[in-house]
Amino acid sequence: MNASLKRVVAIARKEFLHIIHDPRSLVVIFVLPIFQLTMFGYALNMEIKNVDLAVLDYSRSPISWQLVQTFEGSPFFHVQYFDGQPDELERLFLQRKARAALIIHPDFGRDFHRQPATPVQLIIDAVDPNAATLIRNYSLQVIAEFNRRFGGEIRLPFDVEKAIWFNPDLKSAYFFVPGLLALILIMLCTLLTSVTITREKEMGTMEQILVSPVKPREIIIGKVIPYIVISMTIGVLILSIGIVLFGVPFRGSYVLLALFSSIYIITALSMGLMISTIARTQQVAMMMAQIATLLPTIILSGFIFPLSSMPRPLQWVSNIIPAKYYLKIVRGIMLKGNTFSQLIEPAGVLLVMTLLLFLIARRRFSMHLEG
Amino acid sequence: MYAIKVRQFRKRYGDLEAVRGIQFEVEPGELFGIIGPDGAGKTTLLRALCTLLLPDDGEILINGLNTRHHVADIRQIIGYMPQRFSLYQDLTVEQNLNFFADLFQVPEDERRARLEQLYRFSRLGPFKKRAAGALSGGMKQKLALSCALIHTPDILILDEPTFGVDPVSRQEFWDILRDIQRQGTTIVVSTAYMEEADLCDRVMLFHQGRILALDQPSALKAQYRFPLYRIEADHLPEMQTYFAGLSGVRFIQRFGDSLHVSFTREPGDDLWQTARDQGLQRFERIAPSIEDIFMDLTTREEHESVEH
Repeated sequence: MNASLKRVVAIARKEFLHIIHDPRSLVVIFVLPIFQLTMFGYALNMEIKNVDLAVLDYSRSPISWQLVQTFEGSPFFHVQYFDGQPDELERLFLQRKARAALIIHPDFGRDFHRQPATPVQLIIDAVDPNAATLIRNYSLQVIAEFNRRFGGEIRLPFDVEKAIWFNPDLKSAYFFVPGLLALILIMLCTLLTSVTITREKEMGTMEQILVSPVKPREIIIGKVIPYIVISMTIGVLILSIGIVLFGVPFRGSYVLLALFSSIYIITALSMGLMISTIARTQQVAMMMAQIATLLPTIILSGFIFPLSSMPRPLQWVSNIIPAKYYLKIVRGIMLKGNTFSQLIEPAGVLLVMTLLLFLIARRRFSMHLEG
Repeated sequence: MYAIKVRQFRKRYGDLEAVRGIQFEVEPGELFGIIGPDGAGKTTLLRALCTLLLPDDGEILINGLNTRHHVADIRQIIGYMPQRFSLYQDLTVEQNLNFFADLFQVPEDERRARLEQLYRFSRLGPFKKRAAGALSGGMKQKLALSCALIHTPDILILDEPTFGVDPVSRQEFWDILRDIQRQGTTIVVSTAYMEEADLCDRVMLFHQGRILALDQPSALKAQYRFPLYRIEADHLPEMQTYFAGLSGVRFIQRFGDSLHVSFTREPGDDLWQTARDQGLQRFERIAPSIEDIFMDLTTREEHESVEH
């Protein structure tokens, strides 16, 4: 074993000792992802059931009764008749007694048999816009069902068949497991690296290490090795929970995912390194790591919000978010079974980004004390 | 060859000139003290000696090697103990020592003997399994010193090693330094405790980035020719005001419950008589301490800078 490698091992071993001596932090590091996974898994449910629907049926005809029955028959709605004027509806919404209202006008029964199209009015409480969109979609489904059963034999010249591939049931676990993998890896790696190096600066131990024959790259490599191991373990943990508990499929190659995940982890470590060359205290480093990873990854990576619907400037910004490329890779491998050649583009961008970050950080990481 | 040679060394931080073009040498095997108050520039100077800072101007040679060009070589032959206690608090005494032994590549066969030796002089042997953070102040300093000595350096550089340590531990620490010196190690130590100057072979009085004086402590004292008096009085602040108003007073400094006053010429009886009327209790001629000399030099420097 040559001298340089020995020093790297010495620093890595010391870093492991720090981790072992602080079991509370270690527990937090491992419990946090599990907690986030379960939270997303059980709280972030994209399906809504038993929406309170107020029905104002002024028609009181057999056919309007059929329409209401169709709503009642679906698992999405819980129907309550309401005897009153349409302008009293607002009170119902304000008191949260109803989240949607269906108004059937008095001529509905007559018009239904005479006219090709008969309007009904649907009012939806859009305080929560996502829920409102879902309620609207459910309502349209119910009405389509009603039309199939009671409508005439009207045939449209063409019909659109929807088909959703790779996640036909639109299960939320399919999107949050890869998303959380991207989020947790970058958050943890960046945070841990920046804090561990800044702590040495803050405590003055960096001064003591620097006067030894150790080289900056040996310090950097030695210090990040333990965190690469931890990050990899957490990655495996998240994936296992995703696959076992939430039934997310894994169609591609594990080796390929491990390879590209290493690049992503090194991206995060380089970001942490970069932060540690700027921040002087652990507190500042922590804040900077949070700002650099948490919100950008949640908002600008395509994790939750589709990038294509964002304003142009935000789309440009999203191009420098590493998680954007990693998400493509993870989703590609897990859900689509993508191969190496199909992922060369996002992986290449990630690699270039990592090299740039690392080189800049490495240049800034001086053998001398700054200032 | 000098162990350390500093030529026209200058270091500035923005507008502040921390070290203003100083020049001195340290002999091999010497215990060399850098004495000065906080903010004198001691830490900057010591950091530059161990290649942590590069000079803006001038040169520093360590065993003939320039700190600009031979960073790695110099770091192999120096041991450095930074100002703050900067070891890993959560690691045990033994783990700290082993870590630094690894960094400096102390070979396995030498390591055991070296550790035994360090445990013996520091008396940390019984505490080797204790976390460094749980040691007393004096023991922490001894551990830091041991870590700086693990690779048997030629030159040991210590930045205020006794700062904040109780007097008994301080005395013990200086005894250890003497032991290390006897083994042939050159030691450069900075301190803000003026009384520690007497424990060095030579001292450099350092103030605002400049050298005020550099010599053996005894020589510095012998060279001081001005009459110096220790004065006790009923009311010291009033007495201080009285002497401040007199001409021919070089400096006045309060030392606990007395004043030290230095005069350009031997004061006459009439002066003491007037002082008695002002509440003077007792006065005696004393030999100067390093602190008195330091006061004298800094006061004079301030006068000069006012005149300019």
